[in-house]
Amino acid sequence: MHEHRLRFKTLFTVFLMVVCANIGDLLLKRGMTQIGAVHLSLEGLGHTLLATLQNGTIWLAILFLIGFTVCYMSAVSWADYSYVMPAGAFGYATQTLLAVLVLHETVTLKRWIGVFVICFGVMLVGQTKPNTTNGQQAPS
Amino acid sequence: MIKVILMLVVLICSSTGGEIAMTYGMKRIGELEGFHPRSVLRFLGRAIKSGWVWLAIPLLAVSFYSLLILLSWAPISLVIPASAFNYVAGAVGAKYLLKEDVTLKRWLGVALVFLGVLLVVATG
Repeated sequence: MHEHRLRFKTLFTVFLMVVCANIGDLLLKRGMTQIGAVHLSLEGLGHTLLATLQNGTIWLAILFLIGFTVCYMSAVSWADYSYVMPAGAFGYATQTLLAVLVLHETVTLKRWIGVFVICFGVMLVGQTKPNTTNGQQAPS
Repeated sequence: MIKVILMLVVLICSSTGGEIAMTYGMKRIGELEGFHPRSVLRFLGRAIKSGWVWLAIPLLAVSFYSLLILLSWAPISLVIPASAFNYVAGAVGAKYLLKEDVTLKRWLGVALVFLGVLLVVATG
């Protein structure tokens, strides 16, 4: 029963983590679309800095990204990193799906294949031992 | 497209550099001993005295701004999957700078991420 509850808690937190990351990135994209394409000049970068600080959508995105960080840190505090990390990979696929559904972006078959290869690669990385230095501290 | 690839390089270098500097700094500081407010304050006090943490913060700020610039130029379905190249740069940095033991299975995963990113960027 306890294990069942722990599994549900972890899956729910991981789900919230992916939702926060995906919504945060979508809002960043929407905010930057409102601001417009950035010009690579001192003036252009200064304008972008001011515009992002004054943009409500960007601040909302940052709130969601903080939510992602809190969920991620909570999840790895009780669950294995190798269990939580593959969920990050699942996020690349849902992010691409949301780009199609919400932002009406065109995603070619080749890009979908690329996204799934990335997901598989991250899942493989997630199955490896999360700590190979036995928590040893770096030399002072 | 060259502009986007160059900015992706800035994003990957700054985020990987920032994360490696932060990891190295945090390992020198040592673990957080519990969540008592006094322990957390002592931990933060040690963190703000670390040169590595101060190196990481501007690098991570550059990485966030380069992500914003990329999102203003390219579709999100290209930018976010391409940013997974972090796993490749991170594994190389972890192996050679942090002296972590990167196993064959992890290198295989990293190689797949690299291949996936190449496929995604090729569609840009």
